[in-house]
Amino acid sequence: MRTFWGYKRPDGKVGIRNHVLILPASICASDTTRIISRDIQGTVTFNLQLGCSQVGSDFKMTLDTLAGYGANPNVYGVIVVGLGCETAQAGLVKKEILKRTNKPVETLVIQDEGGTLKTIEKASRMAKEMVGEAAKMKREEFPLSELIMGTNCGSSDTTSGLAANPVLGKVSDIFVEEGASSVLCETTEFIGAEHILARRAKTKEIHDRIYEIIYNYEDHIKRNTGLDVREGNPSPGNKAGGLTTLEEKSLGCIHKGGSTSINNVYDYSKQIKGKEGLVIMDTPGNDASSVGGIIAGGCQFVVFTTGRGTPTGHAIAPVIKITANKDTYEKMKDNIDYDASGVISGEKTVDEAANELLDLIVDVCNGKLVQAELLGYTETAIQRTAAFV
Amino acid sequence: MKRAILIDKNDNVATVTESVKSGEEVVYTDPNSEDVVIIAKSAVPLFHKIAIKDIKKNDKIVKYGEHIGMASEDIEAGCHVHVHNVEDYRENLEERE
Repeated sequence: MRTFWGYKRPDGKVGIRNHVLILPASICASDTTRIISRDIQGTVTFNLQLGCSQVGSDFKMTLDTLAGYGANPNVYGVIVVGLGCETAQAGLVKKEILKRTNKPVETLVIQDEGGTLKTIEKASRMAKEMVGEAAKMKREEFPLSELIMGTNCGSSDTTSGLAANPVLGKVSDIFVEEGASSVLCETTEFIGAEHILARRAKTKEIHDRIYEIIYNYEDHIKRNTGLDVREGNPSPGNKAGGLTTLEEKSLGCIHKGGSTSINNVYDYSKQIKGKEGLVIMDTPGNDASSVGGIIAGGCQFVVFTTGRGTPTGHAIAPVIKITANKDTYEKMKDNIDYDASGVISGEKTVDEAANELLDLIVDVCNGKLVQAELLGYTETAIQRTAAFV
Repeated sequence: MKRAILIDKNDNVATVTESVKSGEEVVYTDPNSEDVVIIAKSAVPLFHKIAIKDIKKNDKIVKYGEHIGMASEDIEAGCHVHVHNVEDYRENLEERE
């Protein structure tokens, strides 16, 4: 049994980072949280575009995401900063976080405190104190089954489907074997292989849900843009690159979820139970939005395969980037954590590369910083279901 | 000698990682970690598929251990496998269950 060293939270979950999150409740509090986090070491924040002028399912998705970030076990405690008049009221965000966890959560409202500077002073003092408390936490040893691994791909090329995704799929199978959870997402990339995915569903209900999330997505695009996502897919460029059918293209993407049965389907940013093997979350193909959705769901880290290389990261969870394209690795070394090109050149088997990647993942869980953390990348996008009001 | 990758043990195609000319030897590693050599019977462009077994017309093309299409003609081991000899084929998995 493999183990890692993490932080036990009061709700029983285990984090691999120990952040104090200065959480903006809306776009109107986002610059304020940036200034607070800049001044107090040990805190993190991100640039939020949403949280106001939203209704119904669109607002609920944002609220679930904000609450999910607060509840993520990589976060020791949260200071929610709101403006005061936004839809995502700071008190409401706090209430939603506390539905999911029992960690320390404080709130501050800029209109009540009397403007930016007064809020910053008070929040900074709160944050400083909370970081002091967080620093008393010690890492303890836990089995891998405490982890929820996120998978994702972006800026893909032929080497992604051929080597990087199969390597990650192998690691996903190992996590499932260890009793952990692994999350396959990016619904847009299932199109064409939905019948193959659905066959792997554990129950009839999950089988039907897989079809449902794919068809919902296609309907949404058709209704709003008039476009059929299956038409002209694989593209002439895909075909020139060697992809013959849409099944083949989609299989290359979903291979990063390995080969085990699909045991649940979660809506965007909903809380993932953990210890249930391979599950799906309904996220878009957009990198930041997809990565953000599964981290809100509780992933402590994400493994991200890329063909051309991308700097993507996240404020509260490490995003481990791998490529099997040798040229990309050489050119984009500053942004890539693992070089899987040995699988393409024949120097390594998929299994050998998967074991190396697993070692790296355990190191990252134990505290090793990934490239995106070293560079301070925190870009965040949240999926929408409707336009601003 | 050129290289190809076999992804799943059930696959009947491998993907070449260098462009291959007709008559060249192509090596891939099988699931038992043994190298297998086949002779290319046609040119195969970089990252395109090569048949590693004889595939009969209407047989399924298997990659990632799954059916990605159907042979529209007999394909000999060593031949390039692509849109010219593969038909889109939507497998009815519901009936098979």
